[in-house]
Formats: sequence, structure tokens, C-alpha cells
Amino acid sequence: MSQSTNPTTQFQTDANRVTADVDRRSFLRSSLRGYQKTRTATQERFLSYESARIAAGDAKWEAIENLDVYLAQFADKLESRGATVHWCSDSEEARSAILEIIKKHDAKSVIKSKCMTTEEIHLNELLEKEGFEVVESDLGEFIVQLRDEAPYHFVFPAMHLKKEEINTLFQEKLKSINTDDPEELTMVAREVLRQKYLSADIGISGANFGVAETGMISITENEGNARLTTALPKVHIALMGIEKIIPRLEDLALMLPMLATAGTGQHLTCYNSQLGGPRQDDESDGPLEMHVVLLDNHRTRLLADPEQRDALRCIRCGACLNVCPIFKNVGGHTYGTTYQGPIGSVITPHLRGLKDWKHLSHSSSLCGACSETCPVKIDLHHHLLRNRRDAAGKGQGGLAEKVLMLGFTIVMRRPWLYRLTGRLGKIGHVLTKPIHGTRIDPFYAWKKTRDLDDPAKQSFKQYWKSRK
Amino acid sequence: MKISLFIPCYVDQLSPHIGIAMVNVLERLGHQVDYPEGQTCCGQPAFNSGYFPEAKKVADHFLDTFADADLVAVPSGSCTAMIRKFYPELYQDSPQSAEVSELSGRVFEFTELLVNQLGVTDVGAKLEGTATYHDGCHGLRELGIKDAPRRLLENVEGLSLVEMDEGQSCCGFGGTFAIKFPQISTAMTQVKLGSATQTEADYLISGDPSCLMQIGGYFSRQKSPIQCLHIAEVLDQQ
Repeated sequence: MSQSTNPTTQFQTDANRVTADVDRRSFLRSSLRGYQKTRTATQERFLSYESARIAAGDAKWEAIENLDVYLAQFADKLESRGATVHWCSDSEEARSAILEIIKKHDAKSVIKSKCMTTEEIHLNELLEKEGFEVVESDLGEFIVQLRDEAPYHFVFPAMHLKKEEINTLFQEKLKSINTDDPEELTMVAREVLRQKYLSADIGISGANFGVAETGMISITENEGNARLTTALPKVHIALMGIEKIIPRLEDLALMLPMLATAGTGQHLTCYNSQLGGPRQDDESDGPLEMHVVLLDNHRTRLLADPEQRDALRCIRCGACLNVCPIFKNVGGHTYGTTYQGPIGSVITPHLRGLKDWKHLSHSSSLCGACSETCPVKIDLHHHLLRNRRDAAGKGQGGLAEKVLMLGFTIVMRRPWLYRLTGRLGKIGHVLTKPIHGTRIDPFYAWKKTRDLDDPAKQSFKQYWKSRK
Repeated sequence: MKISLFIPCYVDQLSPHIGIAMVNVLERLGHQVDYPEGQTCCGQPAFNSGYFPEAKKVADHFLDTFADADLVAVPSGSCTAMIRKFYPELYQDSPQSAEVSELSGRVFEFTELLVNQLGVTDVGAKLEGTATYHDGCHGLRELGIKDAPRRLLENVEGLSLVEMDEGQSCCGFGGTFAIKFPQISTAMTQVKLGSATQTEADYLISGDPSCLMQIGGYFSRQKSPIQCLHIAEVLDQQ
């Protein structure tokens, strides 16, 4: 990922590179085709998957629309069992809160289970700079950490890597044996990680859901690493966005299978843990301290937008990425965002500013595959359109585009001018023949890779006139 | 029945044969075809670029032009979606909102008009060969058009239909997207070409001329033998 230039240039440059990499794209496509097949089969086992989507969307909607009430209830319940809740309005506050806890315990090493919100606040960088050892325990996250890369996909962080590449990486960084057998590679990582769990002073996790009714966080995973991360070290810190709230414990009965189905195509993931506080007096295990860090970081800005606040229903399943033709062809790093794919393109302008991130809303054919698959029915592709509207309304499209649109309006409202433009277009087409296909051809962006029919000798309008 | 045609601007200028094929089919079925001559564009290029007030001005012109039409036929799922799905959004809370929603109910994409409104699934067309169908995203996902074109094509004598793996994946057009992000747009069509080639079809058929512009333009640049046709052209073959 190139970091230097502005986000639009970075996106275009990285998109150039990845789209030219036919082999990598085909690898991504075939992985996701496998996912799609499994997911479709799992969806078919629902009595009505569509009804489940509606119910899941409603449950999240209820939480988002009453966030003030449910968040307070969630925090009260957690605190009544001895957990500490930290309310952080932005990334800086969350970073300080976490750092303070770690320093207070005189900790040396931190083990983490998968948590995209920590990516959002760039926690690893901070902790490493402060001299702590930070180890990612999720296999995919562990791999990208070894490569010093950001997660490629917020559910499948290392999906871009082939097993041969992981073999090379492990040999290089872990002095492992030469193998590209996935099971053996997993064992190599496991060996390294087991030691880290035992020596870690602090465990940091995310939360897939925060149950308001019972004051519990719920963590979904397949490797058991989150269980170890949250149970073995003496201090557990969970970082979660405020939108992760759901009203009731029984909502998990729907949300867990929805997250699994949409996320990986599983009926349920291998592990789902609910944690409601540190070790209690009558308990023999669990952390001695539990901290839940609640992060706003501009989520309330999205909440204030009546058109797009449904994006806060997102359960970060990644299904929209898995079906998105843009994601499949540019890959995850090209986005340059914490959250890739359609949901990332929708929310990043709200979280980080429209001006710098509007290009993500334009880099979509608005095909709607994302909205069609979203398990909580977020109106994703129409939100991209609304972001475009907001950008244009603020004049961010530039003067040339504004003038072009004005010209378009003037012509299209006047049939005589439309006819004249058509005729002039034909003349222009003939006159510009010498430059056709060259870089100064006004249609170069199209014609570089695609043929374009010449204007018809007789337009439909002329045909109709001649018929009469 | 009197059917008014809306021939989108780019079809008028670049592929009028699609409109002509539609006229032929409708007349062959015994309908009276009308073409309100003041028509230009539905406004989608401005709308999709985010210029909603500009799009609305063009939409105003469309509404005036088609005010008296009973039934409007459009050879594009995309333009139909603009009128039927997005006009109501543009005119939300405006005095014309009732007029708009009433008009929206009278505008149909060509294949859904034939199958769902006119009850025709066999237009008596003939075409030898194998075809694969590309669903335009707007028609498929905004309007839910999926069966109508297939039912029509199944009844074309001599034609057999094979589905592509990527039949419902976007072709990569997406309006200004194709110009602003040509590398991504082209990569998407490359996937489409691979998928279409696998079917060994002679024809790739679609209900959306803009998809065909993209797919056809790329296929011909890649010298693919697959011929790209609009469904109206196929239904016009005798």
C-alpha cells in the first residue's frame, strides 16, 4: 500500500497495480466463489433467510435508535459486576485510556485477538512505539502482522496470500520448517502463540456485540484464540464501537447465526463467548480486571444523519466485500481504509471526511450486489449515491464537472439543441478522426481498453421522422 | 394498445437499431407505437454523478414529454430504474410527487412490458445458436427483472440458453465510473469475458444497451468471437 500521496491518487495507483495482476485477482475470485457457494447453501437452511434479514435489521435498528438508553444499561450492568467502562469520544481518548491501563499494570507484553476497532485507532503502532510487545493471536492477523501489513479484508485479514507465500514468510520470520500444508502452517503459528498467551500481561479483544440487557460482550471466532486472549492474562481490555449494542440476550440467537452465515458461510462459528465482567469472588478463572472501552470516533455523526444512520446496523460480517466486484478486482489494501469494500466506502467519508474519501463512493458501478446480500439490510449502494450527492452539493466535484452538468441540463431540456448537439457530435467525430485512440482523444479513458461504435449515420429520431 | 417509446439518448445516437428492433417487435404483435419527439434523456448521467438538482431539471422535461403516454416502453433496465425507482426519490416532498409516482407506474423495461404487461412470452423469433444472458444490474436489482428476458429467449426458435457463472455480476459499465476508474471497469469486463467464453456461447444477450456498449466494446477489442446483442434485436430476428 502506498502511503505518501492523497487518498484518491493512492487508490487510483493501487487499483492500477492490482487490476493488472490477473493471477492475484483470479485467486481472490476463486476463494470468494467458494465462500459464496457455502454461504448460499447455509442461507437455504433458514426457513426464510429474507425474514431473518428483516428481523436482524430490526434488532440492530432498535438498538441504534435507542442507543442512549441501551448503552447506559450495558455499562451499568457491566460495572455492577466489577468491570470498568471507559467512554471515549475519539481515537485519541481511546488510545490514552488503553495505554494508561497497560502502564498501570507495569505490563510488558500484550496479546490481542482480532479487533478491527484497534486498527481504526492504530493501537498496535502506539503500543509498539511505547515499547510493548504486541502479538496478534488470530492466525490471519498474525500473518499480516508478520508482514507488517494492514488486514486485507476485515474478516479474512490474510485472504490475499497463498499458502506458498505463508510458508516463505514463516520460514523467514519464524525459522519454521519448509511446508505449505495449511495444517502444518497452523501448527507452527500455534506453537509460537501458545507461549505468548502464557507470558502476556494484558489481553485485548474486540466485541462483535454488546448485550444491553445483561451487560455482556459477545465475541465470535473460529480459532479459540479470543477465549485464551480474554481469559489467560490478568487484565482484559475490550474495545468496541458504540454501534455494537444489541438490546437483548435472546437477540444473539439470531445475530450469531446471521453473522456466521453472512461472514463465512458457517451455520455458527466454532466459538461464541459472552463475557460479563472480571473474575468474580466465587469463580476460579478469568481475568482479575476487565475494561470495556466504548468508542464513538464520529459514529454519532453518522447517527445524526437520518438517511444513512442505518449503516450503524453493520455487524462487520464482510459479506458486502465478498460479493463486491470492485473489491474482487482492486483488493483490500487499495481502499486505504480500516473498513474495506462497500461498507467502508459508505462510512469512511462520515468517519474521516467526505472531501478526502468521496472517491470511494464514485469507485462503484452501483450494481447493488452489496445491498442485496447485507444480512441487516443496509441500503449500501444507494448510500454511495447519497455521498456523491453530498460531495457534488458541496462543490467537491470541481468546476469542470459542474459546468459539464450545467451544459448537460441545458441541452437535455431543449430538443432542438439536443438534435443540434447530435449533429455537431457527428461532425466532431469526423474532424477528430486523426486523434482517435491517441492520448488526446477526449474518449481515451474509454478507448484505451474498449472499442466505441461510431455515431449512427441515422439517429433514431431521424429514422422516426423518415418513417412518417 | 398504444405504446410510447422512450429511446434513451445514447441509444438514439449510437445504437438506433435497438430502438428500431423494438418498434418492429411491438408492431408485429399488433400494437400501435408512438414516439414523443421532444424526448431526450432521463437525467441519469447527472443523477449518478451526484448532481440531483440538475438531474431533476432533465426529469422535468421527461415528465412533460410523456405526460400523455399510457404505457412507456424502454429498451434499458437502467433508464427504467431511473424513472421508476429514482424519480420518486428526486421528487420527494415536491408538488409533482403524485404525478411522478403515477407516471412511474406506467414505465416498463421492454422485456417486462412484453411478459408482465402484455402477457407475451413467444414473439415468434428465430435465431440459430447458443446464447448467454447478461443481467444489467439496474434491471436485476432495482427492478427485479430476471425471468422475463429468459422466458422470451427460451421461446426463440433455434436458440439455446446457457447461464454464465458471472451472469449476475456487474459488467463494469456504471456510467461515469467507466471513465473515472477505467482500470477497474475494464477488469470487471475481463471477468465477464472469461465467464462468457466458458459457456461457449455464440451470443451474449442483454436488456441494457449500456452494458452492451461496455461488454461489446471490450469483447471486440479482445477479438472475442462472441456477438453481443440487445434482446430486442434477437426478438426481431425472423
